[in-house]
Amino acid sequence: MSNKIPRVPVREQNPKIRITNFNEVSYGYSLYEAVLEASRCLNCKEPRCMKSCPVSIKIPAFINQVLQKNFTEAYKIISQDSLLPAVCGRVCPQEAQCEGSCILGTKGEPVAIGKLERFVADWSRENSVKFTSKATLNGIKVAVIGSGPSGLTCATDLAKIGYSVTIFESLHKAGGVLIYGIPEFRLPKQDVVEKELENVKSLGIKIETNVIVGRTVTIDELMSNEGFKAVFVGIGAGLPKFMGVPGENLNGVFSANEFLTRNNLMRAFDPDSDTPIYKGRHVCVVGGGNVAIDSARTALRLGSKVTIVYRRSEKELPARLEEVQHAKEEGIDFQFLSEPVQLLGNEQGWVNGVRCVQIKLGEPDESGRRSPVPVENSEFMIDTDAVIVALGTRTNSIVASTTPGLVTDSRGRIVVDENGATKRDGIFAGGDIVTGSATVILAMGEGRKAAKAIDNYLKNK
Amino acid sequence: MFRIIKKEELTPLVYLMELKADRIASSAMPGQFLIVRPSENGERIPLTICDYNRGKGSVTIVTQIVGVSSDKICKLAVGDSFTDVVGPLGRPSAFVKLTDEEIKKLSYVFVAGGVGAAPVYPQAKYLHERGAKVDVILGARNKNLLVMEEEMKKVCDNLYICTDDGSKGEKGVVTVILERLLSGGKQYSMGVAIGPMIMMKFVTISAKKFRLPLTVSLNTQMVDGTGMCGACRVSVGGKTKFACVDGPEFNAYDVDFEEAMRRQTIYRPQELEADREAGLEFGVKK
Ligand SMILES: Cc1cc2nc3c(=O)[nH]c(=O)nc-3n(C[C@H](O)[C@H](O)[C@H](O)COP(=O)(O)OP(=O)(O)OC[C@H]3O[C@@H](n4cnc5c(N)ncnc54)[C@H](O)[C@@H]3O)c2cc1C
Ligand SMILES: Cc1cc2nc3c(=O)[nH]c(=O)nc-3n(C[C@H](O)[C@H](O)[C@H](O)COP(=O)(O)OP(=O)(O)OC[C@H]3O[C@@H](n4cnc5c(N)ncnc54)[C@H](O)[C@@H]3O)c2cc1C
Ligand code: SF4
Ligand code: SF4
Ligand code: FES
Repeated sequence: MSNKIPRVPVREQNPKIRITNFNEVSYGYSLYEAVLEASRCLNCKEPRCMKSCPVSIKIPAFINQVLQKNFTEAYKIISQDSLLPAVCGRVCPQEAQCEGSCILGTKGEPVAIGKLERFVADWSRENSVKFTSKATLNGIKVAVIGSGPSGLTCATDLAKIGYSVTIFESLHKAGGVLIYGIPEFRLPKQDVVEKELENVKSLGIKIETNVIVGRTVTIDELMSNEGFKAVFVGIGAGLPKFMGVPGENLNGVFSANEFLTRNNLMRAFDPDSDTPIYKGRHVCVVGGGNVAIDSARTALRLGSKVTIVYRRSEKELPARLEEVQHAKEEGIDFQFLSEPVQLLGNEQGWVNGVRCVQIKLGEPDESGRRSPVPVENSEFMIDTDAVIVALGTRTNSIVASTTPGLVTDSRGRIVVDENGATKRDGIFAGGDIVTGSATVILAMGEGRKAAKAIDNYLKNK
Repeated sequence: MFRIIKKEELTPLVYLMELKADRIASSAMPGQFLIVRPSENGERIPLTICDYNRGKGSVTIVTQIVGVSSDKICKLAVGDSFTDVVGPLGRPSAFVKLTDEEIKKLSYVFVAGGVGAAPVYPQAKYLHERGAKVDVILGARNKNLLVMEEEMKKVCDNLYICTDDGSKGEKGVVTVILERLLSGGKQYSMGVAIGPMIMMKFVTISAKKFRLPLTVSLNTQMVDGTGMCGACRVSVGGKTKFACVDGPEFNAYDVDFEEAMRRQTIYRPQELEADREAGLEFGVKK
């Protein structure tokens, strides 16, 4: 029986070496390994994996093509549902989605769906497989605000139908979190993200960087002066959260956003880049999500010793499983069930310690996670010379506050109906700005849904 | 895009440039700034929008060489382009909300330190054109850092000039002139101080003695300029604010200048190292 073969392990950079560089950690499957892993899939009649993929990629069908070595065909099947397989294969939390539901996982190890998806996407890129034909243009202009996964997906779907799409991006580089947030060692910029962007541009989509909608130009100006008939807002939730404890403005305390933006977007790790980044001796990262793990592993690669302080236990870590494993292999120290209550500084105002309390887990809260309760008289100190705060993100109000009638909820998320339509006629929204911080694949799904709705809206207009 | 159409050496250390940036020119207001990247590996550097011409689709910036990036900016020539220019950023000055009738009744005193003349200029111009009384105190360490004297004359009623070493104008610091004007009976409805953090701190102390309402414009560290990174955070009235989106202008009496000055030094060792590598020499302490 095929499921007797153990899950094919993926080759990775040696932990001792990889902490000295920013190259990708995982090498991905070779052709032989991919075919072998594909042979483990039972090709289920009612595939549970598919139900747990937010965009319902036809998983057994594409894996079956991998088994037959028809990689082009496999890529075609994946592309029907996903725009960014090389990205999602790398960064989806597979253990909570497709692989988490794979039938093989009940007794043994699930099929490595993510690694296979990545293999197919990488193989297709390396072999220049392309089959997106340009549609005949219908002359109708649509604006997409933000170039993260939601915006890119929405733009691509609309361009394929024939709309003239312009993406407006406030940073100097397109890609959203894929460029400024997720580090090079998880998601190579030149080889993967830039290539995906080239595909997008090859459809005739214009990308105008350095345009902050709400400042440089407003949505209403785009619609009334520049002839855009519909607008998609996919601006993410990029604002940092701080802890609100004393000492957070000491020198040496950074938001994860600042730290990662300096390193990823501004490439501060590269000696040729002019942008500085702070390299502490002992960096303390607060948080337990992907953002925290990414910050920690980045600091490690810049030469720091790193401790992650997380208030729940290892089981509750919201980060991808693979990243947690990688972080541990790399020697990152985890301080679980701990919460900072104060940051202390020296006479010059530089942070030199984190005062924490121990936590015990109480009753599950509304999110279903057990809520953290401080233990009395349990204070302890961590010596440090840099703190990175990675507590998740908030929404940015620049667009909503300059677009009359665009309704937001109490947390600043744009309110939409089931199709992604906002309260303003012709304006749609999706991705993190609607859902709050989520995942790449969910943002992509949102962009796709809105593209359909925009097409319907413009057809019936 | 972002082509330099005019460049002027104001002093060997300070350069004025006019560049094409149609979208920014059409939406810029006094008090706002932009962020430039001079080259592909360049830093994102915030600079005040010193003037804008909506018809021509151009904006003017004035840059003082203080380190590697400002040096790169000032080396660009007419016909060259910035890799990136984004803006306008920050909130416009509060007075742009007033009607011309209201502005006519106002009298302003601006205190500009060094290249702080650049952000003061569009504000003085805006108010002066609409009939407000405008006095400007222009100070700098020496004449090589004193700029925009001629331009400023055209947009104010009285211009007072001083340098620390007396190489131009009166010998002394801006607070001496400000206190003399205020104790001499000059009445202003509002003061605005823009320059080095330390200067703004001392102007705040002087203004307080005379209960002059005062606004300052904070030049903190910045990366994105849109609220995304928090590098620009400052304590204002005991609360953490982001200078790029909540400012850059704040009520001077609420600003924690000690913290703001300390936070400017976070990357000092790396800046000095970069200066050394680039062979830049600054005879003055940064
Ligand atoms: C460090 C980090 C690691 C992560 N790791 C993972 C992971 O491993 N797996 C996973 O699935 N998800 C991960 N996520 C989450 C995931 O990246 C996001 O959920 C996803 O990128 C959201 O996509 P989006 O299109 O909604 O917005 P974004 O990717 O945030 O893109 C929004 C874009 O809009 C631009 N913008 C904002 N305001 C304006 C404006 N006014 N005008 C013009 N442009 C504007 C922004 O500059 C940005 O480029 C991670 C996030 C971070 C920060
Ligand atoms: C809102 C705002 C408006 C400004 N307007 C002007 C202007 O009109 N003309 C002008 O000459 N300067 C202006 N500045 C200051 C200008 O941004 C800095 O002089 C410039 O960044 C220095 O870079 P450098 O590499 O040449 O010097 P460095 O050697 O890197 O640093 C010199 C000093 O500049 C400051 N600085 C460095 N990097 C940054 C950064 N990314 N953001 C902010 N400050 C930084 C630091 O305090 C540092 O000590 C403004 C700053 C802000 C925040
Ligand atoms: S897109 Fe993500 S969830 Fe869907 S199959 Fe691929 S890795 Fe799994
Ligand atoms: S559930 Fe697992 S075994 Fe079944 S089709 Fe999906 S990947 Fe294959
Ligand atoms: S400059 Fe990044 S938040 Fe202000």
